[in-house]
Amino acid sequence: MSLLRELYQETILDHNKSPRNFRKMDNATRKVEGYNPLCGDHYTIYVKLDGEVITDVAFDGAGCAISKASASVMTSMLKGKTKMDAERLFRDFHKLVKGELDSTDELDRFGKLAAFAGVSEFPARVKCASLAWHTLHAALESKDGSGTSVTTE
Amino acid sequence: MNTSIEIPVVMLDEKPVSITGCRHHFPLLHEQVNGKPLVYLDNAATSQKPQVVIDTMMRYYQSENSNIHRGVHYLSERATQAYEKARDKVREFLNAAYREEIIYVRGTTEGINLVAQSYGRTNVKDGDEVLISAMEHHSNIVPWQMLCEEKGATLRVIPMNDAGELLLDEYEKLLTAKTRIVAVSHVSNALGTVNPIKHMIALAHQKGIPVLVDGAQAVPHMNVDVRDLECDFYIFSSHKVFGPTGVGVVYGRKRMLEAMPPYQGGGDMIKSVTFEKTIYNDLPYKFEAGTPNIAGGLGLGAAIDYVQKLDLKAIGEYEHDLLVYATEKLLVIPGLRLIGTAKEKAAVLSFVIEGIHPHDIGTILDAEGIAIRTGHHCAQPVMQRFGVPATARASFAFYNTKEEVDALVKAIYKVKEILG
Repeated sequence: MSLLRELYQETILDHNKSPRNFRKMDNATRKVEGYNPLCGDHYTIYVKLDGEVITDVAFDGAGCAISKASASVMTSMLKGKTKMDAERLFRDFHKLVKGELDSTDELDRFGKLAAFAGVSEFPARVKCASLAWHTLHAALESKDGSGTSVTTE
Repeated sequence: MNTSIEIPVVMLDEKPVSITGCRHHFPLLHEQVNGKPLVYLDNAATSQKPQVVIDTMMRYYQSENSNIHRGVHYLSERATQAYEKARDKVREFLNAAYREEIIYVRGTTEGINLVAQSYGRTNVKDGDEVLISAMEHHSNIVPWQMLCEEKGATLRVIPMNDAGELLLDEYEKLLTAKTRIVAVSHVSNALGTVNPIKHMIALAHQKGIPVLVDGAQAVPHMNVDVRDLECDFYIFSSHKVFGPTGVGVVYGRKRMLEAMPPYQGGGDMIKSVTFEKTIYNDLPYKFEAGTPNIAGGLGLGAAIDYVQKLDLKAIGEYEHDLLVYATEKLLVIPGLRLIGTAKEKAAVLSFVIEGIHPHDIGTILDAEGIAIRTGHHCAQPVMQRFGVPATARASFAFYNTKEEVDALVKAIYKVKEILG
């Protein structure tokens, strides 16, 4: 049970139940769909950019608790951050969920992302946790106004 | 509520054994998962293997291993005999008329591809139609879609109602002068529906249309008699019926198979080869290019021996009782909705719980040692039909027990406690 509690931490349950920034954005600069065909998780990530700065970010769609909480936590951390900040967070997140932390890494350093450390014990769920981040990455890489899509397959 | 289930007693090697007592024949069922006794409810994905199947395959590799059909030496003769004897067992299992009608393939998927590529490419032309159903597994959709694309034919789909039953009136209307073949599952893997295939075959035959039956989900649960059904093709996988993976069977009517071109070229499927001309082998070898899965064939033979001793009729009745019991228990769970409520069902329970994604259900059940399947079950059109991205699916075999159903129900309440 303790591993399960590690996975379904309060932060994750909370963001699953009351996802933040869970809305469509009509005037997004970038809009990308992310799809996990394995379990049917399907989200759209909306980003508004001012130069290199993310001024607004939102998502909508449906999926499991892990994928939804991950998208919610992600969007709650990005406002006012630069594209480079976002990519750095993505790298951190990836290390966390893959269980590839350096020996010097302290969990505290990861802030809200630390809630996803438990995912590393559930390899089948890493894709769920990463979907929103991969989608964000594609959104930041894409050209303005484009509507591409990514899958985790 | 029905709280007791009669456990049938069957004769095994002239000794009476209760069906659930046969759990002891399956070593994997005694494993622990996440510190809990395994509750294996993913039988529609693959069944567990009895020791006799494992032993048969091991014995082959330890004392019989050699290639079949061509060797003159002792081991090759012996392996050939054993492999061909297993074919005879399959013939008997399906009550086919001739052993030549039994073709070994890798599994149901390859079997359907064989028919689509060989029968389909010869008989389906521009403007023709192929008829499948709304509840097919991707393996009975995509091979036909590929064929239709290549030939300029159209794929038609028999619709189903909200219970997951095919609409037979619509089916009759879809059987037209353009229809070249009907391909339909005997039992749906995602919904558990048992289709009235004998009737459906008769309707198609009235219009001279051949029928392929995907029997992957049917053979572990019921007696299948291809002559009684009068189907033209019947296909199944060994691994769903307690045999090994990597081997399956296409039953085809002899006159159909004789008229069909080979599926793959290579060794074993020929009588003679020159650079100018190859003479193909007789049935069934015409469709069996290359060294086959010999150990797999022997394992399938052992699995068939095993289930035939157990009596598939008794198995079906017991599983039905288990299904009724589990359905009653699940339906009282608040927010739980069954996907697939056909009157005729095999022991498959697909469900969703309001506000909780199936993937989360699967993870929490796994922590309790309970193995179920979550996702689209390779039937995405079925998910679209019911408006769900995925379902959780518990699927039973005869070795499952009432106590395991209870464990499932208890674990689902735990899911609700954590995520509800």
